Amino acid sequence: MVLNAQDRELIAAIQGGLPLVAKPYAAIAAQLGLTERQVIARLQVLQAAGLIKRMGVVVRHRALGYRANAMVVWDIPDIEVERIGALLATETCVTLCYQRPRRLPEWRYNLFCMIHGRERNSVLRRLEQIVAFHGLEKIPHTVLFSGRSFKQRGAHYVESSKPPGQLRRSRGQKRSHG
Amino acid sequence: MPEKHVAAAGELMQSAELAILDTPLTLTALEKCLLNEYQRGFPLCASPFAEIAEQQGVSEKDVIGTLQSLQQRGLVSRVGPVFAPQRAGASTLAALAVPDAELAQVADFVSRFEAVNHNYEREHHYNLWFVVTAADEAQVQQVLDCIEQQTGLPLLNLPLERSFFIDLGFPLWC
Repeated sequence: MVLNAQDRELIAAIQGGLPLVAKPYAAIAAQLGLTERQVIARLQVLQAAGLIKRMGVVVRHRALGYRANAMVVWDIPDIEVERIGALLATETCVTLCYQRPRRLPEWRYNLFCMIHGRERNSVLRRLEQIVAFHGLEKIPHTVLFSGRSFKQRGAHYVESSKPPGQLRRSRGQKRSHG
Repeated sequence: MPEKHVAAAGELMQSAELAILDTPLTLTALEKCLLNEYQRGFPLCASPFAEIAEQQGVSEKDVIGTLQSLQQRGLVSRVGPVFAPQRAGASTLAALAVPDAELAQVADFVSRFEAVNHNYEREHHYNLWFVVTAADEAQVQQVLDCIEQQTGLPLLNLPLERSFFIDLGFPLWC
């Protein structure tokens, strides 16, 4: 589907979330000079087209106690990646499952999935169970737990890419844990 | 696909997850319900909060007030649409291998780009991972080039090739 100018305005108005008022779509409509009915109809179209994957509450999982966040990356033979990707995607605890390009020799992994949990060991146990259950013992994989979160917010699809200024790298700065 | 096997692996893990519910966070039944049940299927009608209220047997004021409180406490980022990656614009996942002593500084520089929406430290030689999202691929590339030039660090650009993932929201208390 091709987005028109009005869609882009609507996405810009709504990407930060709906206003928490009794008639949120009417509020968005007023902002854009549309009717409430037009806004709702267009959101239905965007959702039906798969552009909006879901509408609802977007939680901050870290704040809710899900602090162990593992990006599990797999080096899967190309002919197997579709089968295994589809399999991993069905696991309840897997919250993302994407194929991405290898960048040899630096980066050999072509499938990425995310597993969240309250603590590291529960995540590793889940991963072990998934590996055993789906017979993935021979597939090389590695786990990248997240450390500090430097930034997290919803994607802004309609805005500029202007650089934020210069970086002056200074060496010998002490590492601090957040 | 062997449906039966797939379902069973998830079930095996449920008891383990339930055992670690002892979070210091105390949530009311309505808060848990809103966090868990409305990550998708949020009503597209004139008064969506009134519809949720009716489904849950509470008042519209309670629903709006509870969501406002969850948002103020930083437990909810927003209520609204989640867009499919690379459908509403262009995006990529990128990584940098940053010397430990410089990580905070480089991370801060990366975060200052409007186009960067997620930026995390990860335990790996490639220790800074971030998502760049913009209106089109040229803008994404511009941001990557700028970061690579300014940091002088080799950058991994790992755009999405295929998604196997069906976004049903974040599995809480599952």
